[in-house]
Amino acid sequence: MVETVLRYRTDEPVGDPAVTVDAFAAQSNATAVRIEPGDDALALLPHLERIALIEVNFPSFADGRGYSAARSLRERGYTGELRAVGDVLIDQLSHMRRCGFDSFAPDKPISAEAAEAAFATWPEVYQQTVDGRAPIWAARHPAAKA
Amino acid sequence: MYQYDQHDQAMVDARVAEFRGQVARRLSGELTEDQFKPLRLKNGLYLQLHAYMLRVAVPYGTLNSAQMRVLGDIADKYDRGYGHFTTRQNIQYNWIKLADAPDILADLAKVQLHAIQTSGNCIRNTTADHFAGAAADEVADPRPYAELLRQWSTFHPEFDYLPRKFKVAIIASETDRAAMRLHDIGIQIVKNEAGEIGCKFFAGGGMGRTPMIAPCIAEFVPALQMISFLEAALRVYNRHGRRDNKYKARIKILVHEIGVAEYSRQVQEEFAHILTLGLEPPPAELERIKGMFADPGLESGLSDDLDRSDPDFALWVDQNVHTHKQAGYAIVTISLKPVGGIPGDATAYQIRLMADLARDYSLDELRVSHAQNIVLPHVKKADLYRVWQALDAAGLATPNLDLITDIIACPGLDYCALANARSLPLAQKITDRFADIGRQRELGELKLKISGCINACGHHHAGHIGILGVDRKGVENYQLLLGGAESADTSLGTITGPGFSEDGVVDAIEKVTDVYLARREGAERFLDTYRRIGMAPFKEAIYG
Ligand code: HEM
Ligand code: SF4
Repeated sequence: MVETVLRYRTDEPVGDPAVTVDAFAAQSNATAVRIEPGDDALALLPHLERIALIEVNFPSFADGRGYSAARSLRERGYTGELRAVGDVLIDQLSHMRRCGFDSFAPDKPISAEAAEAAFATWPEVYQQTVDGRAPIWAARHPAAKA
Repeated sequence: MYQYDQHDQAMVDARVAEFRGQVARRLSGELTEDQFKPLRLKNGLYLQLHAYMLRVAVPYGTLNSAQMRVLGDIADKYDRGYGHFTTRQNIQYNWIKLADAPDILADLAKVQLHAIQTSGNCIRNTTADHFAGAAADEVADPRPYAELLRQWSTFHPEFDYLPRKFKVAIIASETDRAAMRLHDIGIQIVKNEAGEIGCKFFAGGGMGRTPMIAPCIAEFVPALQMISFLEAALRVYNRHGRRDNKYKARIKILVHEIGVAEYSRQVQEEFAHILTLGLEPPPAELERIKGMFADPGLESGLSDDLDRSDPDFALWVDQNVHTHKQAGYAIVTISLKPVGGIPGDATAYQIRLMADLARDYSLDELRVSHAQNIVLPHVKKADLYRVWQALDAAGLATPNLDLITDIIACPGLDYCALANARSLPLAQKITDRFADIGRQRELGELKLKISGCINACGHHHAGHIGILGVDRKGVENYQLLLGGAESADTSLGTITGPGFSEDGVVDAIEKVTDVYLARREGAERFLDTYRRIGMAPFKEAIYG
């Protein structure tokens, strides 16, 4: 099956297929791993150095565990590719981006233009997350925060 | 009161524009109802038995007169001339047309109101003590913290697809007027021995089919770490809350299954990590918000004198007026529970009248209480008689606050697609039976709460007397519960035994009140007598 991947990174995509967390633990040379909603993303922390791609699977858009997994990994220093795969819909893209995802492989392809519009849904944001956007409170108090 | 700046306004306007597009796509057929459903729910639009229902958020239950007036106008313009104030301090309109919904949201946005996150598995509108800023017993006004929380939770990217809905309540006094411990997270603003303000956190409360009272998970978190702590508490829940069964998905089940100690430990661990990220709004932001609540314009040196010569007025003062922190002022509760009426309903005319009274006599402020009443928080004692006269002329001066006819009831089978039984006609029958105000006062404080099904939107678990509608072989049937409470002494009611018909349950309530009158000692309330003598005598009277 041909996947349409929306990708917002400039480095070369990883060629290796992503393996399960269990397989990853057993394979010392794997560079791509896929986590399922029930997996503990933090178990990957000791291996972040060698990982170039983490896929986070959303079997259903309504299962939001992947948002916490993604943001937790970014907060702890993961800088490789973080891809949302599965039931990823246009209405979730903007939140996913804010949680650190920088590539998307939706089951039903989404056009690049539609994705751009989705990222622009909110002109401003209230929370500081891992996407580098300054929250509204920072704009209100420029001196309080560098 | 809080006023939006251009940032807040831009966020709400963006949501209106987005929703307008989504409704257009639905009306043109581009979106199916299945695809549209999760989108409309994020804007508080439900499909009920007969029509769409729109739930408008009233953040922490506080409104100004312009906002209240628009709520009345919407009832006229887009509904059937009335609105329904709910136990979640919100207002619902029951007869909405889909095509009108974007215009309603636009009307709301003009007065800084919205329907964001009033449904869905996200952080819902935060509720708060309805006497905030006026109560004599608070350590601080909880609303600035609630506003900080409102902003933080609005479109929070990580917590929009939680296992289940998430409700937070916040109070700042020992007397709990917000049923705080029956929420997913309850926050009590406290002062420590050093005089610093902080948050005492409770987690895992709720009603529904498995009612639970939230245990304390942190005794004192500095106020300037409240958001970081919430991030941690929500993240642990988002990761580990159950998703295999909708009825076990609330945080209360997680806390219960892994235990308070383990849940707290995980939260503390995550909290320590989050503190390193520096994502807490700076102190200046809390100060900015506090500044807007600080002084509603109270005068000092006013007299506490009151002319009680009109007996009807005096009765209302005794029942519906509370002590204000400032001399010369009083807190007025407007009962939306007239005899024979629908609890929480108000007509467009009544809503606008309450708006006018707030503008003229309550420093422009109103509150919605979780008991489905409206509060005028800052009324000069010198103006009380005039306010009462205006309310009385509009059918809004029922002197029954916290009495047996001050009933909380969910919409039930008259509107709700999940209902087993009707709640509203039953509430009306009970108020008819106990209409005599002398009799009500003789019974004293008695909180009666009705839910039309096990979901417990009407808080029946927390009623001194609770009623739960069930379906018995296709016939509406009502179970009776006794001994629930929602204040500092929160407890859950116990079912008396087999259920009743609609008339049967009214008779049973009367028997229960007879037992109380016969057995009470001294100044005991119904609840106190029940707690002392237990269920047996009541059971005997009802079924014996
Ligand atoms: C169309 C109408 C409504 C529907 C479909 C509905 C649905 C539900 C459901 C399914 C629950 C149970 C959630 C759980 O236990 O996980 C619930 C709880 C609750 N609802 Fe409603 N509801 C409706 C109207 C209302 C109204 C009008 C109010 C306020 C008056 C309200 C306030 C509450 C409260 C306070 C709870 C229980 C507290 C808790 O969350 O544990 N609901 N509702
Ligand atoms: S308690 Fe049941 S009947 Fe009443 S509003 Fe909630 S879901 Fe509907």
